[in-house]
Amino acid sequence: MNLSDMIRPSVSNVPPSGIRKYFDLINEMKDAISLGIGEPDFVTPWSIREAGIYSLEKGHTHYSSNPGFIELRRQIAKYLIRKYNVSYDPAKEIVVTVGASEGIDIALRALVGPGDEVIIPEPSFVAYKGCTSFTGATPVSIELKAEDEFKLKPEQLEKALTKRTKVVILPFPNNPTGAIMTGEEQKKIVDVLKDRDVIIISDEIYAELTYSGKHVSFASFPEIREKTILINGFSKAFAMTGWRIGYACGHPVLIEAMNKIHQYAIMCSPTTAQYAASEALNNCDDEVDSMVREYNRRRRVMVDGFRKAGLDCFEPLGAFYVFPGISSTGMTSDEFCEGLLKEEKVLAVPGSAFGSCGEGFIRTTYANSYENIVEAMKRIRQFVENHKGKN
Amino acid sequence: MDEILEILEKNGRASEEEIALMLNKSVEEVRGAIKRLETDNVIVGYNTLINWEKSDRENVIALIEVKVTPQRGQGFDKVAERIYRYPQVKACYLMSGGFDLTVIIEGREMKEVALFVAEKLAPLEGVLSTATHFVLKKYKDEGVVFADKELDDREALIL
Repeated sequence: MNLSDMIRPSVSNVPPSGIRKYFDLINEMKDAISLGIGEPDFVTPWSIREAGIYSLEKGHTHYSSNPGFIELRRQIAKYLIRKYNVSYDPAKEIVVTVGASEGIDIALRALVGPGDEVIIPEPSFVAYKGCTSFTGATPVSIELKAEDEFKLKPEQLEKALTKRTKVVILPFPNNPTGAIMTGEEQKKIVDVLKDRDVIIISDEIYAELTYSGKHVSFASFPEIREKTILINGFSKAFAMTGWRIGYACGHPVLIEAMNKIHQYAIMCSPTTAQYAASEALNNCDDEVDSMVREYNRRRRVMVDGFRKAGLDCFEPLGAFYVFPGISSTGMTSDEFCEGLLKEEKVLAVPGSAFGSCGEGFIRTTYANSYENIVEAMKRIRQFVENHKGKN
Repeated sequence: MDEILEILEKNGRASEEEIALMLNKSVEEVRGAIKRLETDNVIVGYNTLINWEKSDRENVIALIEVKVTPQRGQGFDKVAERIYRYPQVKACYLMSGGFDLTVIIEGREMKEVALFVAEKLAPLEGVLSTATHFVLKKYKDEGVVFADKELDDREALIL
């Protein structure tokens, strides 16, 4: 028996990640600076860690109810009203997931299969396309453009919608571009979608990390509230990536279906993480604000660094990524990143890893120390300088 | 303004240029603001946080609880002044609760500190009593943990 033949084509056809080689390269290096880490450099605030520890000391080591402790769901509901003015019934409209990633997965599994199309604006987080493909549904990319500041335009969406479109994913604030959409821009997208029989998965995991105005949730538009699944979590805002805890909110019919999959596949989110998350929602506003201010300062330093290096760099107003264009150097994003790592020991991620339209860009994150960012920008400037006129 | 203080509180060496860049302000604006903060004595000084334990210098620190009699018309301020004028006194706070002043003294050895308390502090007019507590180990000071820095052990690449 050839084991490879046993793997479903919808899984085996998903190509292996092209970034493997960077791991191998950087692992052999000393004093390399990685700007390739898509998670906060902050450690989870102590009061949250302490709450997790305390729950263990008290012996809270059992399952919770499938959709998560009702108390935590109530707190999530309160938080969403307070922050984004969206209201969900904690009993029927919220499921606590293993990171936002699980939310995306179970939403897609509950909704799509072979013959269905899922619209994914790109460049984007890689899991949307992967999880879509695993279900047998067809991912349909919309290529977002630097000149639009990587925002989704209503015309682009209109063009991509077909009779087979079942789901539209809206990933803002965006990984890898750092793009956000304002309420007015979102309204135009809402107008395109409000009378269509499609479900919207709005991944708002970076909502707290918005540096201009206040984040507007797609779920806050009453026209599409019923057909929107709001995905969010604790990883980015509260620096809790390793805890693996997030949540999905939506109409009871949608959440019930998702919870069915969640119940059989996962049972419930880690109990310790649920207690910790509860503390995060109750007592950590100041910590979050202070992290956001710090990110914002580093963001400006990094954008300035790229511009001084002579690279095109639109101003990202969300998440913790900068996505400068590097095509002026004559290199592909892969060549640029490989050269940068080998010659200057700075790791950036080729934009092409986030969809073919990411070619010509690199993703760097400012979720790193100020000193590292300053040093990395110096090295990147040197690298660009050294390659001027060569390629 | 608040954010300039937030930056300088963590890093007194941040330059005007760096702060300007971080806050999207002009260098002149930042320079002017810092100047004002210094003039108004909001920024009182710029210190370096030193873990003396790791240096070659011997150093002992004592925290002294002092009870004093407040003076008519001047409250605790006059006595406090007579105490904090000594260069050995690193800090002096007026306290609520069971005693009146916290006085932090630094010296090269325990005896030096003890002698200072016995000869200078205790006999001062208005000082009723003192209780000296020596610091055995500093875990954290001015918001900074003194233990060795933890390494960034995150995976090198996460999409």
